[in-house]
Amino acid sequence: MIGLVSYIVFFLILSLIFGVAVLGLNLQWGFTGLFNAGVAGFTAIGAYTMAILTGPARDAVFGGFELPFVVGLIGAMAASGMGAAIVGLATSSLRHEYLAVATFGIAVTIQLVCLNWEYLTGGTLGLIGIPNPSKAWADGPLAQNALYLLMVLVSVGLTFAALERIVKSPWGRMLKAIREDDVAAASLGKSPERVRLEAFVLGCMIMGLSGALYVSFIGYVSPWDFLPILTFQIWTMLIVGGSANNRGALLGALIVWGVWTMSGFIISRVVPSEIQAQGGAMQAVLIGLILVVTLLIRPRGLIGEELHVSRHAGP
Amino acid sequence: MILQHVADGILSGAVVALGAIGLSFTMKMLRFANFSHSELLTWGAYSALVFVAFFSSFGGFLDRTIGPFSFGASLLLAMPCACIATSMVALLLHRFVFERLSRMAGHMTMVFASFGVALTLRHLVVLIWGSDPIYYSRELQFAILLPGNVRVMPDQVFLLGLTVVVVIALHLFMSRSRAGISMRGVAENPDLARASGVNVDRIVTWVWVIGASGAAIGGVLYGMTVQLRPELGFSLILPLFAAAILGGTGSLYGAVLGGLIVGLSENLSVMVIPTTYKPAVPFLLILAILYFRPEGIFGERSR
Repeated sequence: MIGLVSYIVFFLILSLIFGVAVLGLNLQWGFTGLFNAGVAGFTAIGAYTMAILTGPARDAVFGGFELPFVVGLIGAMAASGMGAAIVGLATSSLRHEYLAVATFGIAVTIQLVCLNWEYLTGGTLGLIGIPNPSKAWADGPLAQNALYLLMVLVSVGLTFAALERIVKSPWGRMLKAIREDDVAAASLGKSPERVRLEAFVLGCMIMGLSGALYVSFIGYVSPWDFLPILTFQIWTMLIVGGSANNRGALLGALIVWGVWTMSGFIISRVVPSEIQAQGGAMQAVLIGLILVVTLLIRPRGLIGEELHVSRHAGP
Repeated sequence: MILQHVADGILSGAVVALGAIGLSFTMKMLRFANFSHSELLTWGAYSALVFVAFFSSFGGFLDRTIGPFSFGASLLLAMPCACIATSMVALLLHRFVFERLSRMAGHMTMVFASFGVALTLRHLVVLIWGSDPIYYSRELQFAILLPGNVRVMPDQVFLLGLTVVVVIALHLFMSRSRAGISMRGVAENPDLARASGVNVDRIVTWVWVIGASGAAIGGVLYGMTVQLRPELGFSLILPLFAAAILGGTGSLYGAVLGGLIVGLSENLSVMVIPTTYKPAVPFLLILAILYFRPEGIFGERSR
């Protein structure tokens, strides 16, 4: 029983951390129509920044400032936001698939930097010994994980509440207007370029937060955690849950991560040990199929966008 | 030394060009960025493996290597079979995924779907053939020494020769055959082409067959000169997009020239930046071209 409870706590922590990144992507794609195919890159920036700011000092590696957890989170969001601002300015004229190709390339490049700039990132070995604040405040793995879950819940709750407010604000309505028709929005005196950049930066900051929460929980960061498959997983979560709906984004994260872990568990039990190495491939095939099938049979996702008609619209 | 980089650049550029032709055509004529196109190279390479084993099992001349090359007649026979098999994979994907989505949803949905398709195709290769590198043949070859101290393998000469043949054949197809001319019409203006009596569905089939066959040949040539890995195609995804965008989508010569530019700049880049950052070069090319000339070298400025 305790085993099951600890497992559920562990599962919820990871899926909610993914959920944070999905919320960030939802702001970009769901509400603004920005096709960011480089999610893994921006979570990586957050993750490494967290590791550098809060991790222990090391020989021949930059960082190790041992700063408090919350400072790390803020720093991670700031670093991802700065990266996104540079990328956003460089790609401001790109739309749709061209933006997708460019951001995909950015994520590949960020991963190469993580892999090769040893002074900053520890290279292939990554950075280890990242403190998890719950270990200082609670005894025993279950209590520690439960405490960390609480901290993740607070982060998710704050992000969710902020995003809900933002998308219902005039700025949020402007996002949708730009998504639907940027020429019309521009003719009303809005600046689509600038608003797109703002939404891109804000979304990437949230992805950075997700990366930071991840490394503190896992305790180390390695370049192999931020491969393009992470981007595909997060996209699948958004599409399955329903884009342009923040509840859908979180639901998608829970379901897709649930399918991923459950299938991993079943494969580890059912598949003979000599082909266990191929188990990961089966999981990836499953995620790919879920994405394609969702698009074919329920393109708006499980709970898609709620359609609003303006109160002021007359008959 | 610089000449060796140029030679390597042209060779890897040839493979990129073969893959980019199909990607460029899909972006222009089917109007979506197919992130799963690179997996067709992987499928082409691995399906050829099956046919090579099949033909070699007959023994005799099929199993012997030809002249200085590392491969025999079995690989030459396997190549057209791999083209057919890969075209069938592409047409099935079109029939069951992309065509349906293009009718009921926007082209961005097709791009998402191509993410899922790419993930599925790549990991199916791992499931079927495993993740260890595989080679078509273990035969030893002796490098040919060219003037300027450039060394190339006989297989690489074959690679270049076959690429030239394929590009010439495609040129003739696009400029002489009815289907090729209709295809250019669809690229130019699909509505006008339809109104002039072009069977657009048939042209779409041609686009997939040509794209998949080019990808299959590129994949086999890559597998022959490097090795077969499940990430073979996936590692080429940025070079392919860079070549297609550089050349201007929908242009045969653009894709070929784009491929050569990508191959050359990747290989020459190692003289200025550390080799480990080489995979970022195509991405920098993409950024530069999209910034300065978003329609590519051969593309037309649309306004």
